[in-house]
Amino acid sequence: MNLGIDTELLILVGMVIALISLAHGIARGMRNRLDPTGSGTFYQNLMARIYAWWGMIAVLAVALLLGEIGTLIIFAIISFQALREFVTMTPTRPGDHRALCWSFFFILPAQYLAIGLDLEVMSWIFIPVYAFIFMPVRAALAEDTVDFLSRTAKAQWALMICVYFVSHGPMLLMIDIPGYEAENMKLLFFIILIVQLSDVLQYVWGKSIGKTPISKKLSPNKTVEGLVGGIASTSLVGALLWWATPFSPWGAWGISIVLCLMGFLGGLVLSAIKRDRGIKDYGTMIPGHGGMMDRIDSLCFAAPVFYRIVLFYYGT
Amino acid sequence: MKYTRVSICLAFCIRALCGCIVRSFPKHDFKQPAVFFSNHTSNLDFPVIWATLPKQLRGKVRPLAAADYWSNGKLRPFLSTQIFNAILIERKAVTRENNPLPRMQEALDAGSSLIIFPEGTRSLSGEIAPFKPGIHHLAESQKDRPFIPVYLENLFRILPKGERFPLPLVATLHFGEPIYWQEGESRNDFLERARLALVELQPKATNDSE
Repeated sequence: MNLGIDTELLILVGMVIALISLAHGIARGMRNRLDPTGSGTFYQNLMARIYAWWGMIAVLAVALLLGEIGTLIIFAIISFQALREFVTMTPTRPGDHRALCWSFFFILPAQYLAIGLDLEVMSWIFIPVYAFIFMPVRAALAEDTVDFLSRTAKAQWALMICVYFVSHGPMLLMIDIPGYEAENMKLLFFIILIVQLSDVLQYVWGKSIGKTPISKKLSPNKTVEGLVGGIASTSLVGALLWWATPFSPWGAWGISIVLCLMGFLGGLVLSAIKRDRGIKDYGTMIPGHGGMMDRIDSLCFAAPVFYRIVLFYYGT
Repeated sequence: MKYTRVSICLAFCIRALCGCIVRSFPKHDFKQPAVFFSNHTSNLDFPVIWATLPKQLRGKVRPLAAADYWSNGKLRPFLSTQIFNAILIERKAVTRENNPLPRMQEALDAGSSLIIFPEGTRSLSGEIAPFKPGIHHLAESQKDRPFIPVYLENLFRILPKGERFPLPLVATLHFGEPIYWQEGESRNDFLERARLALVELQPKATNDSE
């Protein structure tokens, strides 16, 4: 894995910066129409989101340009923040304290270390097998049996979603693709771009022509029209970006559709968890976006599927 | 303060480790010293409040801490005296000589704010225990002194009593409106009113099935 800076990656970053600038400019230009009173929450929320996007692209660009180690560190921090939001939200008992400390300070760094050391198989099985066994064992040794099964399940879910699934982002860098050596960083950029764009476009389509809610109970903002419009437009963008990936245009189109669907389903599942806990957002870390978990919910489900597809069809 | 840089770094580390989200910081100007009182569930309680306060205020706030714990070893005395500027009090036998009340009054007169834990000891269950009379003695002698309730959420899970290693969850600090001692108020009335001010800051329970 020797990843230099490649020009196609720079073009991608430049395109995203141009896109955010455009959104920023439009929002500023339409300020009088969007926010006639000067104190509208919609406009403030929109600007907060745009500033958050600037922050995210800055972080991402730095990570991508720093190469593999930078990416690993950034994703480890994302996992850490997501994990703490997830565990803060779920009720725990004093008997879980030690097991959870292990998951924050050992299991999480070990997973990213395995990826950094190119231990491919270890990175696949470390959490689903070894951490899966370790968590209930440590909790059982604490001799607290109240709600044991549900507590263990929560701790295992937290690790799977916040650490294992998120770590599939940097795991993309491990895949050997013939004819695409040292270019894997663009795959990581591709999935993040498609998933985030799909979120935004589903929201935009839903706001403009959405009528039929998919699930009133989970997320009233998600509509059939928004989903279809979002998937159609995002997958078109994905297909047009085929040149940056090892996929053919049709392949890029199909994979983008899968990513949009997985992102949608991830958002739905994590909303269900939020409704269960009776909260609106996982945190307040990113202004306008809720917490880290609210931002990466769609990536959580899309990343492992994308990794499997790329590995199976394009890897050696 | 000698160790300004160390204390800024330490405050940053504590905030990074514990999340430290602040809910509704009081609109008090802090030109007059105030007394922050809080529920006590972990050894990280006053460091968290200290680290969350604005930098200018941090140098002027003095937590009350247990002498037996904070003068033990090498690191803790350094932290408690040099960084947190704590007032160390004896918990076991209160005599006329080591009565903490005059020292608290002195600190307030010298322009410092205080952080106190009126329950007297860490709660094992996370519930807010009845207050010890100390806060009333202080309030009675300090008329017009604002007492600001701070409810600490999740500290109980971050570092429960008996654990040495903190779990990096997100702590939330709920600051309430200041309360004042009222003329003619009985001791129990004041203690109950102060405790209720803290209880009311607790976030409402969600649909908890557990």
